[in-house]
Amino acid sequence: MLDRLREPWTDRRAGLLLGALACSVLAVIVFMLVFIAIKAWPSFAHNGLSWFSSKGVVDQQLDAMVNSGPNPTSADYQLGAWPLIYATLLTTFFATVFGLIFSLLSAIFIVEFAPEPIRRVIVPVVRLLAAVPSVIYGLIGILVLAPFIGNSVISADQKTSVQFVIPLSGTGLGVAIAVLTVMITPIMIAITVDGLHSIPRAWKEGALALGVNRWRAMWTVTVRAARPAIIAGAVLATARALGEAIMISMVAGSKGFAPNPLDGFTFFFEPIRTLAATVVEDAESINAPAMQASLYAMALVLLVGAFFLSLGSWIAKQPLKKYGTRS
Amino acid sequence: MAVPTRPAASTPPLPPLPLPRSPGGRQGKPPKKRRVNESVRTWRLTDRIGYVMMWAAGLLLCAIGIGILVYMAFKGLQYLRPDLLFSSPTADVDQSKSGGFLDPLLGTVLITLIGITIATPIAIAAATWIVEYGRPTWLARLIDSGIEIIAGTPDIVIALFGLVLFQQGIFGWMSFTAAGGAVFGRSFLTAGAMMSLIALPMVFAATREGLQSIPAHVREASYALGKTKAATIRRVLLPSVKANISTGAALGMGRIAGDTAIIVVLLGASLTLDPEGSVPGLNVLKGTGGTLTSYVYNNSPAGEGNAPQKAYAAAFVLLLIVLALNFAVDLIARSGAKTGLETSRLGAR
Amino acid sequence: MIDPHESTARQQHVTSEPANGVMPPPVRRITLDRQPTVALPPSQDAVAIANAGDRSLAAAARPARGIAGPERMTIDGLSVYYGDNHAVKNVSLPIRQGEVLALIGPSGCGKTTLLRTLNRLTELTGSARREGLITLDGEDIDSLEVTEHRRRVSMVFQQPNPFPMSVFDNVAYALREQGSKRPKKKVLEPYVVDALQRAGLYDEVSSNLDHPALRLSGGQQQRLCIARALAARPEVLLMDEPCSALDPKSTNVIEELIVELRKELAIVIVTHNLQQAYRVGDHVAFMYLGDLVEYGPTDQVFDNPQAARTRDYIGGAFG
Repeated sequence: MLDRLREPWTDRRAGLLLGALACSVLAVIVFMLVFIAIKAWPSFAHNGLSWFSSKGVVDQQLDAMVNSGPNPTSADYQLGAWPLIYATLLTTFFATVFGLIFSLLSAIFIVEFAPEPIRRVIVPVVRLLAAVPSVIYGLIGILVLAPFIGNSVISADQKTSVQFVIPLSGTGLGVAIAVLTVMITPIMIAITVDGLHSIPRAWKEGALALGVNRWRAMWTVTVRAARPAIIAGAVLATARALGEAIMISMVAGSKGFAPNPLDGFTFFFEPIRTLAATVVEDAESINAPAMQASLYAMALVLLVGAFFLSLGSWIAKQPLKKYGTRS
Repeated sequence: MAVPTRPAASTPPLPPLPLPRSPGGRQGKPPKKRRVNESVRTWRLTDRIGYVMMWAAGLLLCAIGIGILVYMAFKGLQYLRPDLLFSSPTADVDQSKSGGFLDPLLGTVLITLIGITIATPIAIAAATWIVEYGRPTWLARLIDSGIEIIAGTPDIVIALFGLVLFQQGIFGWMSFTAAGGAVFGRSFLTAGAMMSLIALPMVFAATREGLQSIPAHVREASYALGKTKAATIRRVLLPSVKANISTGAALGMGRIAGDTAIIVVLLGASLTLDPEGSVPGLNVLKGTGGTLTSYVYNNSPAGEGNAPQKAYAAAFVLLLIVLALNFAVDLIARSGAKTGLETSRLGAR
Repeated sequence: MIDPHESTARQQHVTSEPANGVMPPPVRRITLDRQPTVALPPSQDAVAIANAGDRSLAAAARPARGIAGPERMTIDGLSVYYGDNHAVKNVSLPIRQGEVLALIGPSGCGKTTLLRTLNRLTELTGSARREGLITLDGEDIDSLEVTEHRRRVSMVFQQPNPFPMSVFDNVAYALREQGSKRPKKKVLEPYVVDALQRAGLYDEVSSNLDHPALRLSGGQQQRLCIARALAARPEVLLMDEPCSALDPKSTNVIEELIVELRKELAIVIVTHNLQQAYRVGDHVAFMYLGDLVEYGPTDQVFDNPQAARTRDYIGGAFG
């Protein structure tokens, strides 16, 4: 057997072997989708479309599932996951929007305007921040930011105004968005900076030589041409935000609560829990069949969401191809 | 012979479009300094606002980044004592008695090695196949987008997938199997296998980029010497993208070492390493355990331990590991740039 | 159409006379193998030159010289350094309205650096330093805001670099981005059409101004870049080897365009191609290793070069 391996490989055999290994990636995706969908099916079957709606209190429903035992009835499967979906959408949306603005400005700063001493500091810092594990961001969020918000930013009035609905402690939507933004921004900056660097200098110089100032040349030529890279970075960062579980479960207050925008600024102090955070927190009770189906259903929603993000980025890049981004 | 089109003489000359000239321009101010005379005053208002915001963003980024790193270093050095690195953790409410984090540290190293060992060959194979073979094209494109999808899949979803996958009977050898035949599904092997999915896209992307940057004449030269495609890949192409592979692997190891969700779901996130079975070596791999990330999580106020000092110390060690991997990436990139990746390797073998 | 005698004679000349121990630069013969284009009827003195010697090939292509107008830019004692590399050494040159100044010299002699300094692009490079005075209309360019300066002194590059936009957006680019607010497309249209006509491109692209600029041919792209520069109505146009990436036919078109444009603009053109310098230049400056070796009217520099190095260099091309 080993002797046969040592023989020089024929091209065909090597191609087939490499191709088979490459295809195993596709097999993994298919298996992932199928297995998770099968496991998730009971939850969707018992709830129908109301799975996505707001019915009852989601935390109580999840608790009931843990206690429902090995043979749950249809009533035990009842779940209205809207507060969790809503929290996921809120954190992902705000973090992506803030992160996109922040990272685009920072990337332009790094590439074009930063004085050399600042650039020499900021580039390694960004690279390091992009590699910092999310649990460390969570640790800082829960030990530094949340107590600060809870003690110094939230006023007593704000606490009493919603005290019969939800207690405010500092951890909540705002901290989650802030830490999430800080977490995903370095990734976006790194990819955007690479994209901006890969744009031919000739275009920038061409714009400058026409008497267009550096800022406008940057935006109208370089950033314009780097849009595919910016989209790619934003999508990757959005996927991170969508699926972030541990950090959110640490800093977001861990309550299946849907923050009410009518509460004004207090909105940002109200606790939440996203889909991914719910899965990781309730994973220890996954042996209860009802809970298991619910968690896999949430995972399926996340998986499909991530898939649509990839699709969305592909669609967003198509019209950019018309005028060509590389010469 | 092309006769160029001349501007038609009949076109009446257009009035000049009023373009702004800077006020200081033509009056001839005395020369000030040798620096670039670039004035924001001539910019549009929106540009000026954007410019100020950009500076604010850049400085804020500096402040936040340095703030986080300095804070973590300060807290870490404050609470990190050498004996923490060499003692096993125990469950105790009192922070001074709950031991160190030797086991989580070993767990991090172990899971990182397992994950990268599985991920690297598959990623290299996939990248090589796509760049060097890539037929049929639709399949290559499909695999390419497949890896992109895996890169975007949340780790918690991968963890749940691993749980259902490895609870199948045929994977019973990888983890604890109860008397009735129920497979537990949680072990270093199963968690490592799923971790490989997290590292795979990074190794893949780095390898593919390296292979694509090898000019075609290198391959042609090898074919011209009578080498087969397979031999060219093994003897010429892969050795010359070693640096790229290492960079991707180091980045992937950073991702694995920093992941928590898969640890919590698939490794049990226990305090100590709990071997399973009697075969030495394999018993650890089949058993459950924890890593630094799960240790930090459990010792944060959100977890069961709630020992912030230990959490800070462990987070600092974790940060150092990530820092070291980052540094390794830098070193690899620099040495790769020095040797001149492609052509110089051709005659080597 | 290579005259074998001429060709061998030149090679002997090149190999037998290394100047001061320095080998003369490699010779580029890209136009000798075909009949040069007669752009305009040869003027009296061109005919006289043609009759006087056996340089009929080159002389036939000489258009009438431009009439030198007032001095627009003056370069006085200009030195440019990249780090320790002294790229341009103490160069002084006038740039006059209504004529073409051709900068010639071997690769790496500082021509392009000089041109980029005139457009103040070298100021973008952190390591570049400049000494000496450059004036635009008698005024030190350091006192001009850099963007404002570049509006008056525009530049066309060696490689055509149209932006990844439509043809229309490319030409309208400077007009749109220079002003304090973006003009409407309708307002811009006549200016865009005018610039395209002046660059001799309008007839080729008029049917579809929304065509992606990067899908034009190389020569069209370069004329588009010239149109883009012309649309901003510069006073001085700098051209950095505008034809080096183009085929002979496109080169012709652009050379004729340059001759046409010099009526309204001061033009500085850097070229490797001595034939081209002879055809389009009114004054020629020969640079070598950062030094300005010789400057003078084209006829004088080509027929009766003063410096030995100029003679060697030009001799390399004219036998």
